[in-house]
Amino acid sequence: MLEVKHLTKSYQKDRPALTDITFSVEPGNFLAIIGPSGAGKTTILRSLNQLIRDDHGQILLDGSDIRSDNKAQLRKHRRQIGMVFQNYNLVERLTVIENVLHGRLGYKSTFAGMFGIYSEDEKKEALDLLDKVGLKDFALQRCSELSGGQKQRVGIARSLIQHPKVILCDEPIASLDPASSHTVMQLLKDLTVEFNIICVANLHQIDLAKKYADRIVGIRQGKLVFDEESDMLSEEILETLYDQTTSKELK
Amino acid sequence: MSSPIKFLAQKHRKQTAIIAVIGSIYLLSSWILNFDSFSGFTAVPRAFNWLGVNFFPTSASVELLPQIWKKLIETVALAVSSTVVAAIIALFVAILGSKATGINGYVHVVVRGIASFFRNIPLVAWAMILLFSFKQSDFTGFLALLLMTVGYLIRAFMEIIEDEASETMMALKATGASYFQVIFQAVLPQIMPSLISWVLYMIENNVRDATLVGILTGTGIGFVFDLYFKSFRFDAVGMTILAIIIVVITLEVLSNQIRKVIL
Ligand SMILES: Nc1ncnc2c1ncn2[C@@H]1O[C@H](COP(=O)(O)OP(=O)(O)O)[C@@H](O)[C@H]1O
Ligand SMILES: [Mg+2]
Repeated sequence: MLEVKHLTKSYQKDRPALTDITFSVEPGNFLAIIGPSGAGKTTILRSLNQLIRDDHGQILLDGSDIRSDNKAQLRKHRRQIGMVFQNYNLVERLTVIENVLHGRLGYKSTFAGMFGIYSEDEKKEALDLLDKVGLKDFALQRCSELSGGQKQRVGIARSLIQHPKVILCDEPIASLDPASSHTVMQLLKDLTVEFNIICVANLHQIDLAKKYADRIVGIRQGKLVFDEESDMLSEEILETLYDQTTSKELK
Repeated sequence: MSSPIKFLAQKHRKQTAIIAVIGSIYLLSSWILNFDSFSGFTAVPRAFNWLGVNFFPTSASVELLPQIWKKLIETVALAVSSTVVAAIIALFVAILGSKATGINGYVHVVVRGIASFFRNIPLVAWAMILLFSFKQSDFTGFLALLLMTVGYLIRAFMEIIEDEASETMMALKATGASYFQVIFQAVLPQIMPSLISWVLYMIENNVRDATLVGILTGTGIGFVFDLYFKSFRFDAVGMTILAIIIVVITLEVLSNQIRKVIL
């Protein structure tokens, strides 16, 4: 289980980016974080694997706090947390399978990792995962030759080969066309159930969040304004998220 | 509030003013240099005419080709070796100094400062300073080119790393990869095309610059050029220039081909 308690962060003094964020997610669940841009969604997500150092709070993965890790412990925690990015963040010049295998680096010795020496089992698993995300025939293609939707599925395979407990997705479909968006969201949802992992995704399309997520958390100006089952999310609740910011912009 | 029409009129006036300012700067500098524009321009065709007559390679200068060719190869080798060594040093320093992969902000500022220092001392000044310690030798030329190139490449490589590798670095860091794994698996493959492109560009430049340095250090094609020039063998000088031009253009075409393949 992933538990976030009283998470607080400010980049500059007296300008809090996050104030007292608390939520938790069970394995097999898909949580969407929605909110206007600048609300603090990316900051939350990057705190969860400590790419950003937050100021206060607790982040517990199965009871152990990631925030108090030393370097070696953090590396062990990070390999249990996959991450999927808006811009895919692949090494474009390398092949699809090499990018998938990058997900194994956290488990390897520095030397083997530096020179990309992987075991037969790892290579086989990479191929199986590519099959699962529908890219079986693309293993030896350069990533730069793929479409956006295909790149994102390589990113998902890279996170799955980490054998993650959690997958964090920061606007995973913001650069994709509607059809690829649905493919990627469906894939994330199915994998969450199949591998019994926790999926946390920042989204700004509310309809997609409602369709694919089990639960939706709303963030506005660094504060959590609601935490609801996606079926229960009503128009009134959604208004609390956008109403004030829109009216402020209109002034 | 100013209306769009007013804005456009203002913009038009601004542009006219800028052109007027540039014009006056030109006139002012001509006046300072005592440079008469009109006779300056009419002198250009005459100068070319003189060059064409005096510097035209003759059959006697063709006989010098083997010697010119040998020295030219030396010069190209000097440019290539100094650039390659500079690139290796610069890559190492850039990794330590860039905002994305570097040690910290202080190192970043210091590295930028050092790079700027090496870059901004003119090549000729480097060569003259180094002549004191290393006398007239190939090594002096090598070192002068090396220092200047290191200055250029450190800055270029740091910017390439920051622009092109930051995002993939983050992705690999998030998988739990260690620092050296991230450098080797993400940063280096990601920046390789831009890096090679810069090295090729510096080699092209350094072949031209190595000629100049050779005049000072008495080596390579620069030495041959200087020798012919001082003994008034202008046809041989013309032959030398022609050979240099051919080599520089060939290198340019070659490196453009390489770029096309790697990018
Ligand atoms: N590196 C940073 N330095 C300073 N302020 C930042 C930085 N990153 C984000 N912020 C600020 O923190 C707030 C939350 O940003 P972010 O988490 O990126 O929001 P979101 O992902 O919801 O759009 C914004 O006001 C943003 O300007
Ligand atoms: Mg964001």
